Amino acid sequence: MNLDLGPEYAAFRAHVADFLARHWPPAPGADPAQAAAAFRREAVEAGFLYRSVPRIYGGGEQAPDPARARIIREEFARAGAPRELEGPGVSMLVPTLLARGADWQKERFIPKTLSGEIIWCQGYSEPGAGSDLASLRTKAVLEGDEWVITGQKVWTTLAHLAHYMFILVRTEPDAPKHEGLSYLLLDMKQPGVTVRPLKQMTGGREFNEVFLDGARTPAHWIVGKRGEGWAVSRTTLKHERDAIGSSARTEDMFAKLVQLARSVEIDGAPAIERADIRQALARIEGYVLAQRYSSFRAQSMSNAGEEPGLIGALNKLNGAEIGHRIAALAQELIGDDGLSMPPLGRKGGARGHEKWVNQIMGSLGVAIAGGSSNIQRNVIAERALGLPRGHGDGA
Amino acid sequence: MNFRLSDEQREMSETVRRFARARGDSGARRVAFESETGHDAAFWRELMALGVGGVVLPERHGGLGLKLIDLALVAEALGYAAAPGPFLGHVLAGLAIDLCGDAAQKQRWLPALAAGEAIAAIAIAEAGDRCRPEASQIGVRNGALTGEKRDALFPELADVIVVATADGFALVEKGAAGMTFTPRDGADRTRRLSHIAFARTPAELMPTRAEAAIGDAALVLLAADAFGGASRCLDMAVEYAKTREQFGRPIGAFQGVKHQLANMAVDVEPARGLFWYAAYVFDAAPEERARMAAAAKAHIADVYMQAARLMIEIHGGVGYTWDHDAQIYFKRALFDFAYLGTPSRHRDRQAALAGWSARAHA
Ligand SMILES: Cc1cc2nc3c(=O)[nH]c(=O)nc-3n(C[C@H](O)[C@H](O)[C@H](O)COP(=O)(O)OP(=O)(O)OC[C@H]3O[C@@H](n4cnc5c(N)ncnc54)[C@H](O)[C@@H]3O)c2cc1C
Repeated sequence: MNLDLGPEYAAFRAHVADFLARHWPPAPGADPAQAAAAFRREAVEAGFLYRSVPRIYGGGEQAPDPARARIIREEFARAGAPRELEGPGVSMLVPTLLARGADWQKERFIPKTLSGEIIWCQGYSEPGAGSDLASLRTKAVLEGDEWVITGQKVWTTLAHLAHYMFILVRTEPDAPKHEGLSYLLLDMKQPGVTVRPLKQMTGGREFNEVFLDGARTPAHWIVGKRGEGWAVSRTTLKHERDAIGSSARTEDMFAKLVQLARSVEIDGAPAIERADIRQALARIEGYVLAQRYSSFRAQSMSNAGEEPGLIGALNKLNGAEIGHRIAALAQELIGDDGLSMPPLGRKGGARGHEKWVNQIMGSLGVAIAGGSSNIQRNVIAERALGLPRGHGDGA
Repeated sequence: MNFRLSDEQREMSETVRRFARARGDSGARRVAFESETGHDAAFWRELMALGVGGVVLPERHGGLGLKLIDLALVAEALGYAAAPGPFLGHVLAGLAIDLCGDAAQKQRWLPALAAGEAIAAIAIAEAGDRCRPEASQIGVRNGALTGEKRDALFPELADVIVVATADGFALVEKGAAGMTFTPRDGADRTRRLSHIAFARTPAELMPTRAEAAIGDAALVLLAADAFGGASRCLDMAVEYAKTREQFGRPIGAFQGVKHQLANMAVDVEPARGLFWYAAYVFDAAPEERARMAAAAKAHIADVYMQAARLMIEIHGGVGYTWDHDAQIYFKRALFDFAYLGTPSRHRDRQAALAGWSARAHA
C-alpha cells in the first residue's frame, strides 16, 4: 500500500502547473472556442485529458491513477482552463466503442467525439419504457443494406444539438424481450428524425422527444451483433452510472458547499462558525471521504487485475444519496435565496446563492437518470448481495 | 498510486479473521459475554500466538515491525467476529511504550507484550468528557500518581497499565499500592471496563510525549472495529433474509427488505476506504492523521450503529432475544459509538482541524 503523496506527486503537480502557465489563458483577442479547442489538443498531447483513451483514437493514454487525475482537476480548475468535454458521447459512447466497437467505428467516431466536433445523444428511454427499458418498442427493420427505424424516444438529452444518436431498437420482434434488441448509430440530420424540445424543471431545454419515422442508417452502423443490444447497452450504462456516481463529482460539490458555508451569514454570524452547520458539514464529509478512498481502493485493485467486489455496484446510488444530503444542507445555508429561480446558463446567469437551487433540483435528475435509485437498490440487492430475484425488478 | 493490500497484509488479516470467526461463532464470544470477567484466556493465548500482540512493535523487541494499517486490519477482523478480550488496550499500551518509553522501559515490556506473555491496558479518559490523552489532568508527583481514570479496558488483568497524565504517559505495574478498580456494568460484555482510582500509586513516567498520536491510533482502531462489526451486520442480515421465509418466500424476495439491505450496503462498504486511509496516513502523512482519525471514528461508529439496528429489525423477534448474537453486535456498536468520544464530539474536531472558519480560504 503506497499512496505516494510525496515528491513524485508534488513534481507532477508542478509539471501540470507549468504546462498551464505556458498554455492558458490564450492570447488576448483570440477566438474563445478555437482557443479552447487548441488548448485541449495540447492538453491531450501532454496526457492530461482523456487519460483512459488510446492515443491512436485521440486520447491521452495514461495508466489510471485517481491521485494524478485529481491533481489535474485541481490545477485546471485553479487556472480556469478547459477540461474534458462532458455529455453522452464522451462519457458513454466512447467507452462502449472502446469495449465493443468495430475498428472503423472507433477510428471514425472517437477522435471527433473527444474534440467536440461530433455531439451525441443517447436514445434509450421511451414513453412506455423507462426503468423497464428492455420493453422498448422502437423497431428497426433491415431493408437492403440499411436499417429503417420507426418509433419514439424521450428524455433524450442534447438531441436538439446532436449530430448522431446511439440508439437501442428492437430488431428481433420474435425473440424474448432482452434478446431482441440491437445497438445502432444513427445520423440525426435526416428527414426521418424529428426533435421536439422538452422544458425541464430547471427551466432549461436540455432533453427532448425524438420521433423516428423511417429514419435510416447503414447496416454496419451496429455495435456488437444483432440481438446483442442489451449486453452492449449494459457496457454503456455501467459507464454512465460510474460517471454519475464518481467521487470527483461529489468532492467538487462538497468543496463548493464548504465555500458557501464560509460566505453566508446566519443571524449575523458566519454560518461555518455555527456548531450545527459544522456538524452537518462534517457528517456529509464522512460520506465524501469514504467514497473517495473506496474509489482509490477499487481503482488500485482493478489496476492489479483484482475484483473490488461490492463497491462496484454501489457507485451510482452512493453518489445520488450524497447529492441529496448536499442539497438539503445547501437549502439551509442559502436561506431565502432559496425562494428564487436561478437564471439559466453558466455565464451571465445566477450570480448570488440562488445558483444552488440548480444543484437542489439537479440532484434529483442524478437520482433518476441512468437508472433510478430504486432500480439501483434492486441491482445491489440481487446482483451484489445475491438476494432472490423478483419479478420485473429491472435488475 | 497503489491503495490495495499486499499479499502479506491480506494473509495476516485473513488468518486472524478465520481464527476469530471460527472461535467466536463456535462459542467463545458468547461464553465471554456471559462470563464473570469477560476474558477467555485460551482464546487470548491463541490470538497472541498469531502475532497479534506485536504487529506494530519493532522486530528487535519481538514484534512484526508493521504499520498501523496492518493493526487496523486485525482490529477489523476482530470486530467482524465480535471477539472478546483486552486487544484494544493491549495494543495501544504497547504502541505507547514503543513511542514514549526509554530503552529500559521498552526492553522490560515490549517483548513480553508482543509475545502475549504479559497483558497491558491503557487508561485514557477522565471525568468531565476528557476523552483524549492530551486532555489528562491527573499528574505524577515524586513518582506517585493520584487521581481517577475512567473506563479502562480490562485493567484488572493487566501486568502493566499505561496511564495518560498531564506529564505524559506513566507506567503502573500490577498490584501497585493505592490502586482500586470499580467495574462499570457495561453493555458490551465482550469488552469490560473499569474506572481506576490511584492514591499515591507508584508510577514511572515515560520520557517522550506522544499523547495525541496514541489518541488518534485509538480512534483508528475503533473505526476499524466498527467497520468489521458493520460488515458482519450486513452479512448476517443478508444471510437471514435469504433463509427466513414468510408468505411462502424468503423475506429477502420482498422489495422493502431488499432496499433496506441495499441501503445498508451503500452505507457500510465505502467506509472501508475511510478507515484504511485514516490508518495509512497515521504513518505516511502525519499532518492528516488527527483529522482523518476523527472523521473515520465519527463516520464509521455511526454507520455501525445504524447497521446493527437494521440488522436486528430484519431478524424480527429472534433478533431481539438475549440468546441471539445479534444483540452482542448491537452492544459492540454502542461501545464503538461512545468509547473515547461520540461521533459529534469528533465531528467538532474534524471541523476545527479542517480550518473551517469564515476567514480561511479554501
Ligand atoms: C435529467 C435527465 C436526463 C435524461 N437523459 C436521458 C437520455 O439522454 N437518454 C435516455 O434514453 N434517457 C434519459 N433519461 C431518462 C431516464 O433514464 C429515465 O427517466 C429513468 O430510467 C426512469 O424511467 P422513467 O422516467 O420512465 O420512470 P419510471 O420507470 O416510470 O419510474 C418511476 C418511479 O418508479 C420507480 N420504479 C420503477 N420500477 C421500479 C421497480 N421495479 N422497483 C422499484 N421502484 C421502481 C422508479 O424508481 C421511479 O421512482 C433522462 C432522465 C433525466 C431525469
